[in-house]
Amino acid sequence: MMLAALEPTPSWYLVLAALLFTIGAVGVLVRRNPLVMFMCIELMLNAVNLSFVSLASALDDVSGQTVVFFVLVVAAAEVVVGLGIVVAIQRRRPGATADDLAALKG
Amino acid sequence: MLDYLWLIPALPLAGFLVLVVAGRRLGEPLAGWIATVMAASSFVVTAAVFLALLGEPEEERRAVDVLFSWIPAGSFQVDAALLADPLSVAMALFVTGIGSLIHLYSIGYMHGDRDYTKFFVYLNLFVFSMLMLVLGENMLVTFLGWEGVGVCSYLLISFWHTRESAATAGKKAFVTNRIGDVGFMLAIFLTFSTVGSISYLELNEAAAELSSTTAAAIALLLFVGACGKSAQLPLYVWLPDAMEGPTPVSALIHAATMVTAGVYLMTRVNPLLHEVEWVGTTIAVVGVGTALFAATIAVAQNDIKKVLAYSTISQLGYMFLAVGSGAYVAAVFHMITHAFFKALLFLGSGSVIHGMHDEQDMRYMGALRKFMPITFGTFVIGWLAIAGVPPFAGFWSKDEILLFAYDKSVVLWAIGIVTALLTAYYMTRQVVMVFYGEARWDDPRDAHASSPGDEAVADHAGGPGRRPHESPWLMLTPLVVLALLSIVGGVMQLPFENLHFLEEWLHPVVEEGERVLASGTKDIKWILAGVAAAVAFLGIGLAWLVYERKKVRAIEPKVLAHAWYVDEGVAAFVDGPGRAAFQAIADGDQGLVDGAVNGTAGAVARAGAGLRRFQSGAVRNYGLGIAIGAVALLAWFVSRGLL
Repeated sequence: MMLAALEPTPSWYLVLAALLFTIGAVGVLVRRNPLVMFMCIELMLNAVNLSFVSLASALDDVSGQTVVFFVLVVAAAEVVVGLGIVVAIQRRRPGATADDLAALKG
Repeated sequence: MLDYLWLIPALPLAGFLVLVVAGRRLGEPLAGWIATVMAASSFVVTAAVFLALLGEPEEERRAVDVLFSWIPAGSFQVDAALLADPLSVAMALFVTGIGSLIHLYSIGYMHGDRDYTKFFVYLNLFVFSMLMLVLGENMLVTFLGWEGVGVCSYLLISFWHTRESAATAGKKAFVTNRIGDVGFMLAIFLTFSTVGSISYLELNEAAAELSSTTAAAIALLLFVGACGKSAQLPLYVWLPDAMEGPTPVSALIHAATMVTAGVYLMTRVNPLLHEVEWVGTTIAVVGVGTALFAATIAVAQNDIKKVLAYSTISQLGYMFLAVGSGAYVAAVFHMITHAFFKALLFLGSGSVIHGMHDEQDMRYMGALRKFMPITFGTFVIGWLAIAGVPPFAGFWSKDEILLFAYDKSVVLWAIGIVTALLTAYYMTRQVVMVFYGEARWDDPRDAHASSPGDEAVADHAGGPGRRPHESPWLMLTPLVVLALLSIVGGVMQLPFENLHFLEEWLHPVVEEGERVLASGTKDIKWILAGVAAAVAFLGIGLAWLVYERKKVRAIEPKVLAHAWYVDEGVAAFVDGPGRAAFQAIADGDQGLVDGAVNGTAGAVARAGAGLRRFQSGAVRNYGLGIAIGAVALLAWFVSRGLL
């Protein structure tokens, strides 16, 4: 009975997604290592994915899951480009942090 | 024969095209002969059309030949159409006739010129344009010709364009004519918007129904155009300078044909002028004012062609006096006789210049009658004709104008008579200076004050000791023909019963506008004619005493030699207050318009500089911005209860 009371509801997943998203967002804002920031962005993306999936299941609507596929594909492409940039930066300026990369300062 | 109306302008156009394509290969003198033959055949066709019209009953002497639909645009329909009626055919006759003679003359005159063929290209193009002008069935076709003759005039004035003065004179003529052309264009616009058509026939038919303001506006705008083309006050300034062109050009364009286009245009719309009395008065006053003004200047000119140029302006003034007095027949009559004797005088002066090895200053001439007998003989006939000695052509036409002017106002007549006196005076002065007295062509240059044309003349002039010679027969033939015409030209319209040939011929065109003389004027017409003849003899006698007998000291005030300082005045005005005004406008433009533009740009630049601080270049700052923005947006939605 207690276990039944602990049956996860869609809100749980949404709360989890919100938590993951917050961790990711804070990570982007506070970390200076480009690679870690990159991982945080992935975390945010996947938090959104999680909320899509859970809502799709709760509302019994498959379109939410469809969107997730799109996000996965785009994220994969983005990883390729992003990691390439990170590697290139690390080659030119070993140990550079995100704050060091301010060439576009107005 | 009327079906071949299109041939009249087509022949000179064909000549033009042939010479453009193959002129250089044809060379001298073949190119000249082709051009002459084209002009002459155009004259033959015109004569045939004239005879065909003559065969018709009077009220049917009108034929419209629609070549093609030119501008079919909604309610604005313009045909490229030619109109053959007594007026246009009379004009075409003397344009092609005198044009052919001058073409012939040019073969001799332009002999050896570097641009011999180019000259005939322009000349044929001019004849074509002039024919489009007079034969046009509507204002737009006329305008096409009007601009065409303007371009040819420009090209031919600056024909010797390597000479600075010639290039400048061409530009002056072009710019001055533009001012008049604006008037013509506005008249066309106004005609279309009020009458709904720009055909002359429809305009003249609708003239009576137009409000007097509209009629006056159209007439005055057309008159502005006429002032530019026909060198009336205040737009006459280009014509004296136009003498920089070759002399046949001065004879053809700037004496006989193109400058009379304004008179033609006014005659063409005579029913319109008839509607408003004061427009006619304005035209008459401008005309007679120009006549007197130009005649005074001619008294003190030393350049043989400048005298004739001012004389032309003066005679054109007479024609406008006639138009303003409602004497359209007299205007056309004088236009034709003037074309005869002024072309004769110009060609004669060209012959003199040719014989004197490009000398134009009359102070270095004299005694030429022994060396150039035929030129002298024909020049004398032209002189007597323009001076108004009976029975030469000029007497009859000038007398008719003065008769109508008297009927309109005694003041107009009096000024006309004074002008006639001056005309006889300055023409006698010219004849005496050129053909009588002792030979002065070897005089040292510094013996006389230099005139503006001197350097140009010096380029061409032969050294001292070269004798003047008579011109070749090619140049003399036109002189003789024109001299004959100047003698008998008056036969067209004699003031005797049943001898009003021109009046009968033009009657269908001018019957609306022609002034009916008061019976009082008719009674004294012989007295007026007597006065005019007496005045002519008086002027000749006076000048003879002054210049030949040297009994009276010549009065040639500097102010007249400088043409009343009009050119200098305009130059001073434009250079002084004019330049200051333009500078002020330029400054205003810089301060106001540029200031507004630069101020806006400056404000944007300052705002940009302020906003730069937000572009830190640090990714994490942007991320923070996005996060804050997202939260704020979310908060706003929540607070409005939208979520």
